[in-house]
Amino acid sequence: MWLAPDEWQATRFTLLACALSTALILPFGLAIAWLLARRRWLGKSVVETIVTLPLVMPPVATGLILLELLGRRGSLGGFLHRRFDFDVVFTWRAVVIAAAVMSFPLLVRSARVGFQEVNRRYEQMARSLGAGEWRVFLTISLPLAARPILGGILLAFARAVGEFGATILVAGNIPGETTTLSLRIYEAVQLGHDATAYRLLVVCIIIAFIAVFMAEWLLRRRQLP
Amino acid sequence: MRLELREVKLPLSEFVLEVDAELTSPRTTIFGPSGAGKTSLLELIAGLRAADCELIRFNGVTFADATSSLLVRQRRVGYVPQDDLLFPHVDVRRNLLYGRPKNPGDPAFSLERVTRFLRIESLLDRNVRQLSRGERQRVTIGRALLSEPRLLLLDEPLTGLDGELRDAVLDQLKVLPEEFDLPMLYVTHDRTEAAALCEEVIFFERGQIVRREKW
Repeated sequence: MWLAPDEWQATRFTLLACALSTALILPFGLAIAWLLARRRWLGKSVVETIVTLPLVMPPVATGLILLELLGRRGSLGGFLHRRFDFDVVFTWRAVVIAAAVMSFPLLVRSARVGFQEVNRRYEQMARSLGAGEWRVFLTISLPLAARPILGGILLAFARAVGEFGATILVAGNIPGETTTLSLRIYEAVQLGHDATAYRLLVVCIIIAFIAVFMAEWLLRRRQLP
Repeated sequence: MRLELREVKLPLSEFVLEVDAELTSPRTTIFGPSGAGKTSLLELIAGLRAADCELIRFNGVTFADATSSLLVRQRRVGYVPQDDLLFPHVDVRRNLLYGRPKNPGDPAFSLERVTRFLRIESLLDRNVRQLSRGERQRVTIGRALLSEPRLLLLDEPLTGLDGELRDAVLDQLKVLPEEFDLPMLYVTHDRTEAAALCEEVIFFERGQIVRREKW
């Protein structure tokens, strides 16, 4: 194939890390989306805003917050290091976390719209037929909101693939360990390796195109009675 | 049957629904014009709406009182809404079996018997989007029956049906309470339906019972 081994490695690592980050945010994203769509609660607007922040803040700023939190001198990172000798920053785990945080709002927003569009009378009907809340969620709300949720998953994945600013701050650019497609392209451009940069650019375009195309297709076809 | 509705109050957009009555006929119709609050009354019996009340009790089972309310799923009330609300993402069979108890106790409510009675045996593997209005309504009634309810609430189930189709469903509804030994509370604004189906008619206007007649 036309990619060099290290380029393949960056591609594989990016796809795996982004798949993992998307899987990681899925249960939390669905839970928050459902709570935002279906319940009134104190602090809802604040949580809604916080969830959206990574979408509008400079990614480097989000990365700095993560670095403060997860670094050895950070509250959570320091605790994990002292207690479990477990490090997050400048490891593959930081790549996954940065991608997860940056793509979280896209999943939540799509899923929330999906849940909002489900006719609540179907849920009431299910309850009148003896279903408990979990069953109503799993058999009615979730399947009826499936298309927007799948669209949100694909958008979140695509956003994770494109993540750069937060990742470089919390994960650095360690070849073979934390180098993602975006970081490798940046590095190649800095070093004047134009051929590498353009090859990886094509890879990025292909991945993003497939993900966004499928997401748009799903979001357009989401209308159910 | 004995359905007690004591000091039930529910503010609606144009008036307050206020009911204090005891319904004892197993074939009772709530009859009144559109917008009289009939659907709201059914929904609060089913538990789909909350209302202030002293007591809502059916055959000794308290559905709600001044301080508590039995969960919708624990009421075992079969509800057939006007807009059928068949689940669009599953086929007819899965719609029908959705409310089936894990351990079905009453053979009268078997899938075979219910589908034969409603003449929907041939529809089981169909997508609900492929059903006609009459088929949808019969599947909705079947779904409510298969949940083994102790009370069946029907909200204008013949709306939108014409001619033979309407008569066919009406014929099935006429024999349904005896066939399944199931009390039925039927909402309609159509006098012929009320006359054909029920022993007692509750005349309902602007959220109040204005008259009761045994037919």
